[in-house]
Amino acid sequence: MKITRRHLLVLMPAAAVAWKFVLAGTPEASPNYQLTEHWWAMLMDLTKCIGCGSCVRACAQENDVPDGYYRTWVERYHVTDWKIERPQVESPDGAKQGFPANELSDGKNFFVPKLCNHCADSPCTQVCPVGATFISPDGVVLVDKNYCLGCRYCVQACPYGCRFINPKTMTAEKCTLCYHRITKGLTTACCEACPTGTRQLADLKNPKDPIHEFLKTHSVQILKPHMATGAKVFYNGMDGSVR
Amino acid sequence: MFKDIEHLIRLAVVMLIALIVFIVVRAHVVPRSFGQYGHYRGAALGEIASRPVALAGHEACETCHSDVADLKKQGKHVVVACEACHGAAANHADDPGSIKPAKLDTAILCARCHEANSAKPRGFPQVVTADHANGVACDTCHQPHRPKIDLQPETKGTKK
Amino acid sequence: MQIPVEGFMYPNEVELQWSILIVLYPFITGLVAGAFILASLERVFRVQAVKPTYRLALLTALAFLLVAPLPLQLHLGHPERSFEMYLTPHRSSAMAMFGFVYLWYLMAVLLLEIWLDYRRDIVLKSQTSTGFPRFIYRVLTLGSDNISERSLQIDERVGYFITLIGIPSAFLLHGYVGFIFGSVKANPWWSSPLMPIVFIFSAMVSGIAAVMLLYMLSTRLRGREIDMRCVDTIAQYLMYTFIIDFSLEMLDLLQRIYEADESFRSLDFMVHTRLWTSQVIVQILLGTVTPITLLALTQFLKFSATARKRIYAVAGVLTVIGIFAMRWNVVIGGQLFSKSFLGYTTYKMGFATREGLLPAIALMILPFIILWVLVKLLPPWPDAALSASGATAAHGTS
Repeated sequence: MKITRRHLLVLMPAAAVAWKFVLAGTPEASPNYQLTEHWWAMLMDLTKCIGCGSCVRACAQENDVPDGYYRTWVERYHVTDWKIERPQVESPDGAKQGFPANELSDGKNFFVPKLCNHCADSPCTQVCPVGATFISPDGVVLVDKNYCLGCRYCVQACPYGCRFINPKTMTAEKCTLCYHRITKGLTTACCEACPTGTRQLADLKNPKDPIHEFLKTHSVQILKPHMATGAKVFYNGMDGSVR
Repeated sequence: MFKDIEHLIRLAVVMLIALIVFIVVRAHVVPRSFGQYGHYRGAALGEIASRPVALAGHEACETCHSDVADLKKQGKHVVVACEACHGAAANHADDPGSIKPAKLDTAILCARCHEANSAKPRGFPQVVTADHANGVACDTCHQPHRPKIDLQPETKGTKK
Repeated sequence: MQIPVEGFMYPNEVELQWSILIVLYPFITGLVAGAFILASLERVFRVQAVKPTYRLALLTALAFLLVAPLPLQLHLGHPERSFEMYLTPHRSSAMAMFGFVYLWYLMAVLLLEIWLDYRRDIVLKSQTSTGFPRFIYRVLTLGSDNISERSLQIDERVGYFITLIGIPSAFLLHGYVGFIFGSVKANPWWSSPLMPIVFIFSAMVSGIAAVMLLYMLSTRLRGREIDMRCVDTIAQYLMYTFIIDFSLEMLDLLQRIYEADESFRSLDFMVHTRLWTSQVIVQILLGTVTPITLLALTQFLKFSATARKRIYAVAGVLTVIGIFAMRWNVVIGGQLFSKSFLGYTTYKMGFATREGLLPAIALMILPFIILWVLVKLLPPWPDAALSASGATAAHGTS
């Protein structure tokens, strides 16, 4: 089923009815969802990633991501010996079909999944001239596609290359952290489809969330910390060559 | 004196009228929910959240396919959610009678995760499929929901 | 269409976001700011020699200012939503604030100054012309045909005050364009506190050169004699501002080379490959060093008036080309490299597409058409008929 913006308005009540059993199975689901009680983030345990691309495929299916654009993607790094400033990186079709075999033995190889970092001090929302992109009260960076001008300033401002212009709507688009799922008590599509548990959705405001214990006991990094974006995707076991 | 600045006063009046028109138009055109939570349209949150889901989530699958869930619990694939392999199935969950998920080709599917690649973590089970299976389909030997071979269960009952 | 990529780009980076239209935009606003600053030389700093270009410079600024938002509109994904910029401007966005700076500059500075300066002509023309032009002039008088000496004196004083506000406004207008780029911390090619200042000086350079060329061209078309004292003075100012502009750019370059931060290797490679022609050859050698040298020669050596005119014409054209190349290298160059600093993409310019070369050319011709209409409507040079019917001409010496 292809869902366009116009369909969405029609489908809103229909979708709610269809999903009543999902909602019933999860008591924390949308009617009781409190914006102020969550602060969403993600944990990325790189020691587990196998580069299968399940997350990229699931994201594309879940969010109708147009071909050739990526709300999430996976990169494969190849670093030779001490040359961590000059890695070789590739991401064919964003790893939607995984990676071709690559038996480079002269150094180390590893995968790095990427997505919007849902920065707490996001440079992209800062530059939006009209308030069409914003940080939601529960810590998710979102785009209002019914208000976006398509000026592309936010695409320029993102240090991580996470935004693009949807060629159909001509508005800025990016990872929503599956806002339509997490507000219903589900996890994101990429976390759901990740077979190894590399990706874990985390709620920083929930004291019982396992992420707190994980952060306490592991050396964790964020991407481009010198950009001071307040990135909220935390990478465990990340090599210094990753950028 | 007034006569000599009359044209300036007229200009000021024109500018004032333009300003008033702008303020009036602005008050009517700005979306009502703008500024509800911050400098954006508050209604956008609801619009984004109301998007229908495509992946049902393994809890939804397991309400019907409890046998598969039990089978998975016996092996390593217990951590792999249904839709990681089977693809988005919310429409199947909506209408299980008429919409069936596509049948899977294990030759492609298993290799995506288990084809040997130097970038994969050391402990992860990997094979070079060409050497390992020699063209034989993976599910000839391995039950995908419980892939370990030595304790082959009686039934293969996976697809309902 | 497959876009050639070298090395690694983040997958969403392959396609360029800002096209040649966004190159035009700082180029055009630069001409506006530069032309206005030249006009204010006469008014505020009492440089009598450049008086023949005063009104022409104002009209040039207006013609280009009217066109300035068009490339932006054409580039937007949803032009119909652009008014949101005025309805709900986001205070932390440089682009949103630019909308107000633009409006302020157009309405409160440029239009007002032109109106005050031309009011006497407008009133006289509303009495002498017929038909549709008469209607336009009558609207422009706002229903007041008082051109007593006292009222004109008041206009003169108010106009002076507006020019006084206008100079910082012109700086603000183009400084802001620089800030739009200079404040993007994610992009090391843009991110620089010098960016607004470099933009202001390059704006002055391009505006002064453009008005000088337009003055020489229009005088020739009218079959009049070019006022050499005027163009000599303008050429001198052009040289000085150009030297400051070039020094600032070289300072920026020197700092980058010496600091050699994480982005340096990637950017250095880009300048030596993809930007070599447009940056080093066109912008620096052809568009900066050559005109400065030519202009400097006229200061040190004695040339005949004809030779000087030719040198100024060549230097002026090269200058405008050089500043255009500078805008190109900033806007396009800033998008050719990956923010991972591991690869490069390619800019494929369309031709008859929405953001292609053809609309860009059309948008560069449009200001000249507007200028032509403005000159017809409000002649910047003394009108024989008006001089006869009114008091002595207030402007023009040719």
